[in-house]
Amino acid sequence: MTDSLKDAGAQDSIDYVDFENSDRFVHLKRTRRRFVVPLVIFFLVWYFGYVLVAAYLPDVMARPVWGSFNLGLLLGLGQFVTTFAITIWYVAFSNRTLDPLGAELRAELEQKVHA
Amino acid sequence: MSALNSTVAGFLTEVDAATTETNPVLNISIFLAFVAVTLVIVIRAGRNNRTAADYYTGGRSFTGPQNGFAIAGDYLSAASFLGIIGAIAVNGYDGFLYSIGFLVAWLVALLLVAELMRNTGKFTMADVLSFRLAQRPVRVAAATTTLAVCFFYLLAQMAGAGGLVSLLLGINDRLGQSIVVTVVGALMILYVLIGGMKGTTWVQIVKAFLLIIGAGAMTVWVLVINGFNLSTLLDSAVANSTSTPADAILAPGLQYGGNPLDFISLAIALVLGTAGLPHVLMRFYTVPTAREARRSVVWAIFLIGAFYLFTLVLGFGAAAMVGADTIMAAPGGVNSAAPLLSLALGGPLLLGFISAIAFATILAVVAGLTITAATSFAHDIYASVIKKGKGSPDGEVKIARRTVVVIGILAIAGGIGVQGQNIAFLVALAFAVAASANLPTILYSLFWRGFTTRGALWSMYGGLGSAMLLIVFSPVFSGTPTSMFGEGVDFALYPLNNPGIVSIPLGFLLGWVGSLTSTRKEDPKLAAEMAVRSLTGFGAEKASDH
Repeated sequence: MTDSLKDAGAQDSIDYVDFENSDRFVHLKRTRRRFVVPLVIFFLVWYFGYVLVAAYLPDVMARPVWGSFNLGLLLGLGQFVTTFAITIWYVAFSNRTLDPLGAELRAELEQKVHA
Repeated sequence: MSALNSTVAGFLTEVDAATTETNPVLNISIFLAFVAVTLVIVIRAGRNNRTAADYYTGGRSFTGPQNGFAIAGDYLSAASFLGIIGAIAVNGYDGFLYSIGFLVAWLVALLLVAELMRNTGKFTMADVLSFRLAQRPVRVAAATTTLAVCFFYLLAQMAGAGGLVSLLLGINDRLGQSIVVTVVGALMILYVLIGGMKGTTWVQIVKAFLLIIGAGAMTVWVLVINGFNLSTLLDSAVANSTSTPADAILAPGLQYGGNPLDFISLAIALVLGTAGLPHVLMRFYTVPTAREARRSVVWAIFLIGAFYLFTLVLGFGAAAMVGADTIMAAPGGVNSAAPLLSLALGGPLLLGFISAIAFATILAVVAGLTITAATSFAHDIYASVIKKGKGSPDGEVKIARRTVVVIGILAIAGGIGVQGQNIAFLVALAFAVAASANLPTILYSLFWRGFTTRGALWSMYGGLGSAMLLIVFSPVFSGTPTSMFGEGVDFALYPLNNPGIVSIPLGFLLGWVGSLTSTRKEDPKLAAEMAVRSLTGFGAEKASDH
């Protein structure tokens, strides 16, 4: 094993530019992006929205909801809930949709090397 | 659950019997037991360290759940454990805001970084960043930011170790604290030298397990006392509060009320910093596939999330049962909230156990930082730049081991040097540098075709430089009574304690402008190869089989 900067060898025979433009790869890339980008935007907006309210409107956060349990704690715990939910959703989507697409393409590339 | 209840009941009867004094001998014995157990594990793990992949990544043989525990062990530092519980106990809600930032940050790692990094890299962050750009300059820059982040973080942990000792072992003099810092540093060198990544990972797994069990048990205990009613717990925290009005601890503003911009700056650094922390990124290489990397992040998110939920209960529990005044008056100040709560709950035995966990926490985190820094130096600077990729892998591992010793000695010297200094800002600085210098380049190289070598260099050096410069010219260094140079000297031109709000956008901007003005043409074939490999996992490094 040489610790060169990049793996050389058989993989050089693959035309990556061509492969990257193939319909199925474009499909994988789009499917992933379409799922991930809205989620990233959602959790960033939700997190920074929460931070802004906490920083500038602490009185809103202090509103009681149930006993001494106030809106700030409810929204804070809400951040935990959405983080867990997004995690579960992304994993389910990856297992069901992205992994099979990726595995198919990977198998195709490995065939090309051995051909 | 019933088993847990009977354990709790067992502890409760001991409270009556126990004297409420710290017992250094007990604390040290429990810590030594942890050291003995982990040392055996490390020696056994170290037997199979043959190749560079073995030493740097543990042969990529860890499973997702194992790596998830190790990530939690790496991430939940003493700052998380002692710092956040203390912050909640003293400042109430504002301490909770840290937990949320630290947790939500993992979504950036999960959705954007973990799997793609695993697919394209080998040992270090620089592997990915230099994939399609000019190798040497980008590697040197990435290694520089890696070493900077690791060093700031390491120094903070070592100083924390000294402070912890004064509280737990009753050692208050400088010499005693220095000896303890030296012992922690020496143990860390030993672990990383013998065990490599495999040994380090097992130490982190054991520590994460103990930490979460310990914090979880204390949480259940506090909840039992309050009849599993969160509102009752909050009421008793308010009843014991010293803030005006007393219920101010339940809403944001106690710590950051005077300076909301500073809080926003911190929030940005927390949420964007995690996915740029080199010791976190390196953990993705210890699993065999991208799928396992994903599983490990999922485990990490649930473990870390659960832990931060515990800190909320423990923080308000400490406020209610110990009281903010007692905490601030104790040696160790804010950091003493968790140990004092354990003493109030379970007496010296529980305190000893929690103290040992705190030491284990520091030990596991410094070991993870050290192997990351050593790998980056040996792989990115020595092998790729000095030897120009022609050195032998054996020589590279030899250099990595020597680097471990050098870093260990530097960390010990630094840790002794900063004793008694207020260096809490170092962790925030590490996150700010990771978010301003590392994350822009990581995201650009994974998602933006137009990114160039110049963009990477401007972004990394610009992000690192601006974050450090802003800290030096901030109130952390001068102008206030709590500053490093005191109130007398004032060169604080930048009004905030955290540089993130300026340096992070600057890092992104520099990467963009640098790329637009770049004259060097990047290789479109390499860019296509990186895109294909990152999404399909084709050609990704495989686990070594033995």
